[in-house]
Amino acid sequence: MLETALKGSKKYWILIGVLFGLHGMGATAFLYQLSKGLTVTGMSRDVSWGIYIAQFTFLVGVAASAVMVVLPYYLHNVKEFGKITILGEFLAVAAVNMCLMFILVDLGKPMRMLNVILHPTPNSILFWDMVVLNGYLFLNIIIGWVVLSAERKQVDPPKWVKPLIYLSIPWAVSIHTVTAFLYAGLPGRHFWLTAIMAARFLGSAFAAGPALLILLCLIVRKVSKFDPGKEAIQKVANIVVYAMIISIFFVLLEVFTAFYSQIPGHMHGFVYTFVGLHGHGNLVPWTWAFAVMAVIATLMLLCPPLRKNETTLAISCLLVFFSLWIEKGITLVITGFIPNPFDTITEYVPTLPELAITVGVWATGFLILTILYKIAVSVKEEIAS
Amino acid sequence: MERSRRSFLKILGISTLGLGTLSSVDLLAKAEMGKAEYSPDPKGMTGKRWALVVDVKKLDEETTQKAIEACHLIHNVPDYGDEDNEEIKWIWTDKYEHAFPGTEHAYLAEEIEEKPFLLLCNHCANPPCVRVCPTQATWQRGDGVVMMDQHRCIGCRYCMAACPFGARSFNWKDPRTTYFKDKEPPNPKYPTRTKGVVEKCNLCAERLAVGEMPACVEAVKDSKAIVFGDLEDPHSEVREVLHEHFAIRRKPELGTNPNVYYIV
Repeated sequence: MLETALKGSKKYWILIGVLFGLHGMGATAFLYQLSKGLTVTGMSRDVSWGIYIAQFTFLVGVAASAVMVVLPYYLHNVKEFGKITILGEFLAVAAVNMCLMFILVDLGKPMRMLNVILHPTPNSILFWDMVVLNGYLFLNIIIGWVVLSAERKQVDPPKWVKPLIYLSIPWAVSIHTVTAFLYAGLPGRHFWLTAIMAARFLGSAFAAGPALLILLCLIVRKVSKFDPGKEAIQKVANIVVYAMIISIFFVLLEVFTAFYSQIPGHMHGFVYTFVGLHGHGNLVPWTWAFAVMAVIATLMLLCPPLRKNETTLAISCLLVFFSLWIEKGITLVITGFIPNPFDTITEYVPTLPELAITVGVWATGFLILTILYKIAVSVKEEIAS
Repeated sequence: MERSRRSFLKILGISTLGLGTLSSVDLLAKAEMGKAEYSPDPKGMTGKRWALVVDVKKLDEETTQKAIEACHLIHNVPDYGDEDNEEIKWIWTDKYEHAFPGTEHAYLAEEIEEKPFLLLCNHCANPPCVRVCPTQATWQRGDGVVMMDQHRCIGCRYCMAACPFGARSFNWKDPRTTYFKDKEPPNPKYPTRTKGVVEKCNLCAERLAVGEMPACVEAVKDSKAIVFGDLEDPHSEVREVLHEHFAIRRKPELGTNPNVYYIV
């Protein structure tokens, strides 16, 4: 099937070229970072994780969200999703690849990466995150590829793939739960020390991921002869509405606990992100952008005519995606380090090389996504004709 | 011959017991080392749970600087300056309100408010950094010292997120090509680090091994401001000092069980 990715329109090759160029820019910046060390980033002794780990955290959610089309289709026989499960699975593949790349570029000694496997350490959540992320990657590659190949030959997929599909459902939940545990189990980081962290992660994942999937479906329909189907898109939109409301609800739960209990450690993080603390407030505009976009998106999605109109639906989905990207891809991780263990504040601002690497990883992920989607769409078009 | 055969069988036995993922090559290497070749220094100090008691009353600017300098020179800790937010520090001073955040109040005794508190790795009995490390590059020895293997560390900095005491530093830049570029590391017997790895106080494990006190303790021994000893030994100096004075630890509510005590 790979050959279908080698034949495409001029626009397809321009997209590939642009993404490849951005990948090259990121790779160059990464070589620079390799030679100088992580000093080229904006991270510091106090804010020791930055935008790389934050992007990783957000993208685990995007990856996990494939389950939102796989589960209804395979467990509840929601037929509309039959056409788009492959889009969900390939999105997951691209997202997990980005996750792994973001971890790689964050390591001080990336060449020693295999130490995680050479010295397996079950008490480390990071070890388990490595296990579940790689497992999820292989599950989705195998399932997506096998099911699509069978579809191309117009036969039923082999029986052995069914158990893998069922396994991929709880596995999707596991990747985001384990990623939440990375944060939620650390003593002394009050902003992260919350039992609903995993639930919150899953809530926002099931809003942001499907919102991106809707946008991708709309793009696919525009640029190809494959139509994912209006009903399928509407059903995914329903999922986005529920997940978005749950996400906002979870954030409000956190705010209530912090501010009604009035425990300083629990409040500091929220104060810092929403209004600034001790004169520091780099994240304040971002946090408000998140809050405003999230509320507007939810209201738009709740309004049936706006949800059913695909133009306004696309706008809502963009708002959902970017608001949750800010929440998880910027503020949640960075605020965890502010204030630091000495109750003082060190601000963090990513540097240009850091941003170049970040853009490079996103571009590489979208390059993978473009190629995988090209294959899927070509197969769908082939069957239709 | 007989001996090596026996050890071979021993290894075989252990291997078949299936010690999980421990590679048998590793075991062989350990067995091969042989006890005769390497033995611990008989002068080395042994203990079950090393601890430090810092008597803040006996500390002033000068004494604390002595302790810091002794440690940082012996361990080739680069001095990037306090203002550099990539600074490396194994032992340093801070004010009470930063050492014990949440316990300060507006009417704190002036003496305490201005005192320099010596801060360092607490060598917690229940260390979160060890719990989270994905490669066992940081681990706890039988005597309680929380160690750091800079050759195994992958630089993920999970330990820095986990440490509630800000005791860990990361080599954002390469000390060998920056700070030590034009100057010799002060202690040729101790390795310098490379970029991309985490480091912290090792309670002078290399000095304990040859029967010497930790460098900070040694540096301020005239004032007796820092006492070192085994908490499990009821006759040790640390136990005596703790018996006589009220001492506090940093953030005990987090359950890490720090082994550095402060008499205030």
